[in-house]
Amino acid sequence: MNVLLKGTGLGKRYATPVLADVDFELRAGEVLALTGENGAGKSTLSKIVAGLVEPSDGAMWLAGQPYQPSSRKHAERLGVRMVLQELSLVASLSVAENLLLDRLPSRAGFIRHDVLNREAALQMAMIGLQDIDPRLPVSALGVGHQQMVEIARSLVGECSLLILDEPTATLTSREIDHLFEQIARLKARGVGIVYISHRLDELQQIADRVMVLRDGRHIDTRPMRELTQSDIVQRMVGHDVHEGLDRERRPAGAVAMKVRGMSRGTVVRDASFSLHAGEVLGLAGLVGSGRTELLRLIYGADRKDSGDVLLGDSTTPAKIATPVQAVRAGIGLVTEDRKSQGLLLPLSIRINTTLAQLKTIARGGWLKRTDERREVERLRQLLRVRSDSIEQPVNQLSGGNQQKVVFARWLHRDCDVLLLDEPTRGVDIGARADIYAQMDRLAAAGKALLMVSSDLRELMSVCDRIAVMSAGRLVRIFERGEWTQQLLLEAAFSAYVATESADRAMAA
Amino acid sequence: MKNPKPISLQASVTSALGTVVGLLVALVLMVALFSSLSQYFFTGDTFVTIANDIPAVAVTAVGMTFVLIIAGIDLSVGSVMALSAAAAGIAMLQWHWPLLPAMGLAMLTGLIVGAINGTVTVAWRLPSFIVTLGMLEVARGAAYIATDSRTQYIGSKIDWLGKPMLAGLSPAFFIALAIVVLAQIVLTRTVFGRCMIGIGTNEEAMRLAGVDPRPIKIAVFAIAGLLAGLGGVFLASRLEAADPNAGSGAELVVIASVVIGGTSLMGGRGSVVSTFFGVLVISVLEAGLAQIGASEPTKRIITGCVIIIAVVLDTLRERRKKRV
Repeated sequence: MNVLLKGTGLGKRYATPVLADVDFELRAGEVLALTGENGAGKSTLSKIVAGLVEPSDGAMWLAGQPYQPSSRKHAERLGVRMVLQELSLVASLSVAENLLLDRLPSRAGFIRHDVLNREAALQMAMIGLQDIDPRLPVSALGVGHQQMVEIARSLVGECSLLILDEPTATLTSREIDHLFEQIARLKARGVGIVYISHRLDELQQIADRVMVLRDGRHIDTRPMRELTQSDIVQRMVGHDVHEGLDRERRPAGAVAMKVRGMSRGTVVRDASFSLHAGEVLGLAGLVGSGRTELLRLIYGADRKDSGDVLLGDSTTPAKIATPVQAVRAGIGLVTEDRKSQGLLLPLSIRINTTLAQLKTIARGGWLKRTDERREVERLRQLLRVRSDSIEQPVNQLSGGNQQKVVFARWLHRDCDVLLLDEPTRGVDIGARADIYAQMDRLAAAGKALLMVSSDLRELMSVCDRIAVMSAGRLVRIFERGEWTQQLLLEAAFSAYVATESADRAMAA
Repeated sequence: MKNPKPISLQASVTSALGTVVGLLVALVLMVALFSSLSQYFFTGDTFVTIANDIPAVAVTAVGMTFVLIIAGIDLSVGSVMALSAAAAGIAMLQWHWPLLPAMGLAMLTGLIVGAINGTVTVAWRLPSFIVTLGMLEVARGAAYIATDSRTQYIGSKIDWLGKPMLAGLSPAFFIALAIVVLAQIVLTRTVFGRCMIGIGTNEEAMRLAGVDPRPIKIAVFAIAGLLAGLGGVFLASRLEAADPNAGSGAELVVIASVVIGGTSLMGGRGSVVSTFFGVLVISVLEAGLAQIGASEPTKRIITGCVIIIAVVLDTLRERRKKRV
C-alpha cells in the first residue's frame, strides 16, 4: 500500500511541549488506531493533521506533496477531514440543511428543498441511516443519531483522509455497526482513516495498525494483530493496570438511601432500590434507558412525578426537590457532562473545588483564603490532579484531571451518598485508576456510591452490586458473583422487548 | 508529582492588572493629547469638574458590573436614577425630610425596582434584557408621575453632595470611591462574590453543585437598583433638582464604561476597579472633547469609536491569554 500521509519530527509547544518529535505514516486504505492516555497528544497530533493546530516543528507530506494546511477549511479542500468529539451541528436546522450547509442547492437564492432532501437522503443511506427523515430538525434527534449526522457530513464531498475522534462514544451498537460498515467502504475506496478511541475492543475490530502515544511522544506503531489489549494498555501507561475482576465484595453497612417508586413520564418508571453505606452500586443499562434521569430525579435536578427518597434509617421521605436540598441532605452528583454541567471551565481548580461548600472556608460570608488554599492544595495532592497550581483554569486540564477536580469538590463537601454518572467517560487509564482508588477509599469510609456506566466491564470490576435499567424500569439487581456480561446485557434489553411487543399488540 | 509552579496565578494577576494598566495608559495618552490641543485642559478646574461629574455614573456602573458578571444586563438604570431622584425630591420638598433620610428613600426606591427586575427575571426565567427594557419605560413613567412632569427644584439642600469638600472633591466623589473599593472586596473576598462569578460562568453547574442561583441573582439586581438610586441622588445634587428626564440614556454610558473596564457581557469575568477606570476614560474623553470645542455630533462619533476600540483591544488580549 502506498503512503498517503507522512509526518516527520512533528511537535507542538504551548507553555510546555505537548507533542515532540513524532514520525508517522498513514497508508491509503488503512485504519490507523491512535491511542494513548488523555494528554498523550492524540488530539494535538490529529488536529495538526486536520489543519486546526499549526505544528511548532516538523513537516508533513500528503500523497508525496508537502502538506501545510493553514486552516481546517484548507485541509478539507485537500481532502483531509476530521470529525470532532464535540458536535458542531446547528440544532435548529434540518438534518439535510446540516449535511449540505456549505453547498445548499439553490435557485436565485432560494433553497431547493426537493434537491436538498433528496441528496441528503442519499448521503444518509450511505451510512445506513435511511430511516431518518432528512427534514427533521437536528434537535429532534438523539445524541447518537446526531453523531452519525456529524459523521455523514464529513463524508460529503472529496475525502482522502478521515480522522474520527471517539466517534462511538454516544452510539448504540447498531449505529456502531453501521459506522464500521461505512469505514470498511471508505477503506476499499483507498481512504486513509485515523481512528481515535478509548475502546480497545473496537480498535481491535477495526484497525489495521495501532499507534501509541505517551506524554507527547511516539511509543510504538505495529500491526494490530500483533498486540493484545493488555499489550496496548501496557504501552499507553508504561505499567500494568490491574483489572480487579477477582475483587471481594466490600462489607456493606446500614441502608444509606432508599429510593421508592421513582417515576417521571415514560423515562423512569417506578424505580426502587436500597443503597448501603460502604458499597458501590452500579447502574447499568443501554443509553436512554433512564439511568442518568434516575440520578437526576434522586438529586432533585429534574421534577419527579412520584416516588421518594429515604435517607439513613429515617422512615419519612427526605424533602429533595432541588439540588440545593439534595446537597444539604448529604447527596452529591458527579454529572455525566462535566464540561457543561459540572465545571466552571474558565475558572481555577481552587474555585471549582470549594463551590459546593463555601461555608467551611468562610466566616460570616467572608472567604478565608488561606484556609481555602490549604484545603484545595491538600485535595489536589490527594487526588493527584496534574496541574501547575491550584490557580490553573480547569479548561487547561485533561479530561481525567478535570474529573478529579469534580471529585475533589465532593470530597470537600463530604457527602454521605455520591451519585456518579459516567465518572470515567473521556478519562485516560491512569486517571481512571486514581478515580477508582478514590471510590474505594470513600466506600471504605462508609460512604454510599451509586455509579452509572455504559462500560459493563468497568461496572463488573468496580461494583459490589449492579442494578440494571431497561426502558425506564429498574429490572433487576445483581449481587457480585451472580452476574455475567451475558446476563447483564439480557437484563438491559429485557424491558425493551416487552414494550415493543406491547406496542405491537396495541397496533394490532 | 511535578513541582507546583504558580504560573497561572501570576498570569491571572498580571491579566487583572493588565486591564487597569491599559486603561491608565489610555488615560495618560488622552490627557496628553487634550493638553496639547487646548491650553485650558490641563488645569485643576478641569479635573475637579471631571471628578465631580463621575460619581453618578460610577456608582451605577458598580451595580452594572455585578449584573454583567452574572451574565445579565440592566437597561432600567437611567430611569431608576430619575425615579429615585424624584422620590428624594418629593421627600425633601413636600415632606421636608432632611437630605440623609431622603437619600435613603431614593436608594430604597432603587432597591425595590431592582428587586422587581430580579424577581421577574428569575421567577419566569426571562432574559433580563427584556425585563429591564420594560422597567426602563415603567420607571420613567413613574418618575413623570412623581414629579408631575416638571423639574422639581430642590436647591441648596441637596447640592452640598456635589460641592467641593476636600481638595476640590465632593462628598459624592468620596462616597463613590468608597463604594468602588467595597464592591471590589465583595466581589473578590466574599461567598456572595464567588457565587456571582460562578453563576455568570455556568449557572447550571452552580445549580447542580447545590448553590441556588435565584436569590443571588435577585440580590444582584436589587443592588444594581440601589446603586442606581444613589446615582440618581448624585445626579440631582449636580442639577440641584429632580428632573424626570434625568439619566435618560444613562444606561448606555454606564454599560459602555463597564465594558471598557473589561467586564465581559457573557458573564463570569469582571472587576469593579476596572469599571471605575472605564468611567474615568469616558468622562475624560467627554470633558476633553468639550474643551477643544468638538461639536456634539463629533463627540458622539468619537466616543462611540473609543468604546468599540476598547472592547476590541480587550477581546484580543483575552484571546491571546487563552492561547498561551
